[in-house]
Amino acid sequence: MVTSERAGPVDPHSGFTGRPAASSGQVSGRLPWMLVLPALAGLAFLVLPLAGLLIRAPWATLLERLTEPQVLEALRLSLVCATVATAVCLVLGVPLAWLLARVDFRGRRVVRALVTVPLVLPPVVGGVALLLVLGRRGLIGQWLEATFGITLPFTTAGVIVAEAFVAMPFLVISVEGALRGADQRFEEAAATLGASRWTVFRRVTLPLIMPGVVAGAVLCWARALGEFGATITFAGNFPGTTRTMPLAVYLALETEPEAAIVLSLVLLAVSVIILASLRDRWVNST
Amino acid sequence: MFSRSSRWVVALPAALALGLSGCGSGDPAASPNSASASASAAGGGAKELTVFAAASLTGTFTELGKGFEAAHPGTTVKFNFGSSATLAQQITQGAPADVFAAASPATMKTVTDASSASAPTTFVRNKLQIAVPADNPAKVDELKDLADPKVKVALCAEQVPCGAAAIKALDAAGLKVTPVTLEQDVKATLTKVELGEVDAALVYRTDVIASAGKVKGIAFPEADKAINDYPIATLAKAPAGDLAKQFVDLVLSQQGRDVLTKAGFEAP
Repeated sequence: MVTSERAGPVDPHSGFTGRPAASSGQVSGRLPWMLVLPALAGLAFLVLPLAGLLIRAPWATLLERLTEPQVLEALRLSLVCATVATAVCLVLGVPLAWLLARVDFRGRRVVRALVTVPLVLPPVVGGVALLLVLGRRGLIGQWLEATFGITLPFTTAGVIVAEAFVAMPFLVISVEGALRGADQRFEEAAATLGASRWTVFRRVTLPLIMPGVVAGAVLCWARALGEFGATITFAGNFPGTTRTMPLAVYLALETEPEAAIVLSLVLLAVSVIILASLRDRWVNST
Repeated sequence: MFSRSSRWVVALPAALALGLSGCGSGDPAASPNSASASASAAGGGAKELTVFAAASLTGTFTELGKGFEAAHPGTTVKFNFGSSATLAQQITQGAPADVFAAASPATMKTVTDASSASAPTTFVRNKLQIAVPADNPAKVDELKDLADPKVKVALCAEQVPCGAAAIKALDAAGLKVTPVTLEQDVKATLTKVELGEVDAALVYRTDVIASAGKVKGIAFPEADKAINDYPIATLAKAPAGDLAKQFVDLVLSQQGRDVLTKAGFEAP
């Protein structure tokens, strides 16, 4: 596969890019318009709606709306929940990706397809599915309540569960792709030198695939931050405990479209700042 | 296709006749009105009528729409059901709608304020009820039980009509209820009761009836203080023109009223 075509040795400790230094240079020559035109159109398509928000934003009252306590409360909740959900996805998702990429077992194709189910499922349906399993009368939820007195719906933990459910496939797919692209010879070399499988994973595989893990975690976090359907269905909507920014935006849209625009801008600005700074820190992109 | 629509053509006048004879002293204006409507539309070609209606009207308006299509051969009625506030915004932003039926005068007002609609008429009213799961695990039987902190309650968010009505009713009763969730619309609130995730919720009587036994409804006197009027209006830029008015006439007719009251709405 790809691995056999890779040129030159890669030092797994040299950085997170995991690619030969030579390939990071620019390919010279004229830009092919067949690629540039659609690329520009694509960029415009993605950025124009944002411009629409910026144009319609009520700049005069912006500051006063921003300092409303409910806004900060929802923002804080959003950031906390998305971050914890990403942590949960990392703990469960990286091993799952490893299993899919490195262990040959019967039914692997089916399992891989199942992992993407939350991507295809409308989030609201995902929320109902979570209720049927983890709700007060759900298959597992019933037992959770009877044994430990834990109920997930209408709690902040419920928000994290809903977000992790929807966002995990992004991480798993990204990490699995990185694992398949990583050169397995390093792992084999480590194993012949006597490292256990766990040591190989920790000392060789994980550093090799770190860019994929970071990219996956970023996607996962962004998806969790914007999560709406599964959250409102599974965790409900109550200020302070479960009302995240997307829920606040949706409700504001019912009566005050301008407030909704402000909230959306806050969410956008915060996520762009965090993602851009993370990117500079973790992925030496240029 | 053909056999199905021709069946409707036969069925509807029969149903109409039944409805009228059954009600005896029904609104006399209704019969000539709908008769002339069907006659005038029969001559026209294929037409489309777009109706924006509150989510709580889904069942009844779908039924009325089928009747309208049968009475106006070649006409298709398309519905956009959703939260009244969202629909109102879509209309003021220029969505091509002919008729708007809202679940509250406030949401209709956003549309009339933008002079996007004719003068609205109230066609039905809806009342709140307490909805509890069929087995009523928290033994709720009156409004004040909802104030018990051990009872998990779902309400609609105050931004949507059912939430505004819930606040009015609770205020009228002088009760302070802390819900576990404020749902985005009445159907979402009802779902939480159906799944047993909450012990009680305040929803419309029509939703309790539509749930067909999955939840139990409990009437309470303070509901009279929070009655929701449903206004309907034709829209200023209605692409289907006359058809829009004819649809509104159908909703206001005795036939329309029968369908609506059967579903639990009250006459205004």
